Amino acid sequence: MTLNTWIDLVYLVAAIGFILALKGLSSPKHARNGNLLAAAAAAVAVGFTFAYPEVRAHTLNLVLTLVAMVVGATIAVPAARLIKMTAIPQMVAIFNGVGGGAAALVSIVVFLIEAPGKPAVYRIAEVLFGVLVGCVSFAGSAIAFAKLQELMTGRPVTYPAQQVINGVVAVIIVGLAIGTLVTGSVPLLVATAVLSLVLGVIFVLPIGGADVPVLISLLNSFTGLAVAASGFTLDNNLLIIAGTLVGASGILLTRMMSKAMGRSLANVLFSAFGSVVTATGGADGSGETRTVKSGTPEDIGVLLAYARKVAIIPGYGLAVAQAQHTLRELADLLMERGVEVFYAIHPVAGRMPGHMNVLLAEANVPYDELKEMDEANPEMATTDVALVVGANDTVNPAAKNAPGSPIYGMPIINADQAANIVFLKRSMRPGFAGIDNELLFDDKTTLLFGDAKDTLTKLVSAVKNA
Amino acid sequence: MSTGVLEFLTVFVLAAFVGNEVISRVPSILHTPLMSGSNAIHGIILVGTILIMGEARGTVQITLAFFAVILATLNIVGGFVVTDRMLEMFKAKPAARAAKPDGDDGSGDAAPGGAK
Repeated sequence: MTLNTWIDLVYLVAAIGFILALKGLSSPKHARNGNLLAAAAAAVAVGFTFAYPEVRAHTLNLVLTLVAMVVGATIAVPAARLIKMTAIPQMVAIFNGVGGGAAALVSIVVFLIEAPGKPAVYRIAEVLFGVLVGCVSFAGSAIAFAKLQELMTGRPVTYPAQQVINGVVAVIIVGLAIGTLVTGSVPLLVATAVLSLVLGVIFVLPIGGADVPVLISLLNSFTGLAVAASGFTLDNNLLIIAGTLVGASGILLTRMMSKAMGRSLANVLFSAFGSVVTATGGADGSGETRTVKSGTPEDIGVLLAYARKVAIIPGYGLAVAQAQHTLRELADLLMERGVEVFYAIHPVAGRMPGHMNVLLAEANVPYDELKEMDEANPEMATTDVALVVGANDTVNPAAKNAPGSPIYGMPIINADQAANIVFLKRSMRPGFAGIDNELLFDDKTTLLFGDAKDTLTKLVSAVKNA
Repeated sequence: MSTGVLEFLTVFVLAAFVGNEVISRVPSILHTPLMSGSNAIHGIILVGTILIMGEARGTVQITLAFFAVILATLNIVGGFVVTDRMLEMFKAKPAARAAKPDGDDGSGDAAPGGAK
């Protein structure tokens, strides 16, 4: 066997490793090993890539490669280690974006090496696909990061004739790409890349903060496809397989996520959530004058301590306050008193499906105390107290009874069926989706304002004294 | 279309089916780690960037390839590390606190099938 055949064989083994890794992720027991397996497969594949004579032919290039890898790793490891668990969605966004950027750069360099001046060749089409999709993913992820990191408004950014303008930009890009394909012109390629970056930005701008996770999942899938395109360009099966696996999984996950929100993917991407929101907000009218009932920690502590059954409904506010450990302390305390406690987890609680499970696992909450929405809802009618901690949209009854509301149709946790509802909230500000919550004004509802960690700490001592 | 392209196309189509099949069995509680893990897997574009750096000539190509390698390394290293950190928290949880005060047991554990 030649050297290249050996390398291809290693790539095949690595590809199998990736497939098994994804399979491992299907159970909590094997997930971690799955990830380690994927990392090992990737390390071996990258290592053997250096066996190609072409890679080692020029010392300068080889040295630069190694320098770049060291630089990348030096930035990535601390960033990934030190990031707070609550910030994981934006971290995934940024790591996804750089992957897309790398794929686009690979395609651009291939073009510069092969294409200038030559007539259209089949591989140039793949190159252009890689540039286009990679650039959209890169720019889109950057905006998604900015939205989640609150560097810019989480509200949808809209302007007149938005969809028309975006459509025109997309058409121009296709035109430029065809032009590049026919002429092999470098300036046209640059124009294609730049406009693709613009498209990535304007595609993401109108998507509201609450929908950004769906978007990240979609962009993750895009990057996978861009990597697969690079695989075609470089005649590399490993890139094709890995990229396609991610492309397929990303699409599937994206659909699951939009389903959990009760909306179609097209609706998430093109409906400009926020403009509808303001419309309904205005129509509701009544607004400001209505009063809410707020309670003291002592009142609520007594309410909890003498309840038979308490449902805890955690949301992103819990995560922001880093209060998951305090919450567990409160739950344990109540259970010691004989109160039946369970956590009702909405599929999109937090900012990604499963995000809340990750955060509660961090606080050592056992699995059997977590109930998924479908399992929790039948229990709500017999629940004495629904304790809503930093959640809002996922318990908003507007999803069930206000057909005009942008979240209408989204499955929610039926906190409204519980005998008492307690909201721990920072303020009266609406949730991530930007919609008022009728439940806050309900007679059964008591509010306790403040940072979730502070209020939970106060509740713990109130329950102890009760 | 040459046979070479067809070969790669075959691989592509089969990989798409495998991706779908493997992933459709992931329980919803693992969706975030899955997203992060698959994000790390497409970091294998690092292989592509290394190959392209080998072929790059001249300042422009080499500079672009240099940045490509940095970006790809960020993707692959950061992706795996952050996923591992997430999954670290899942290990051996049920056993760790098996003896909890009796509460709402009996109704089974919160496993797959939640997201409708």
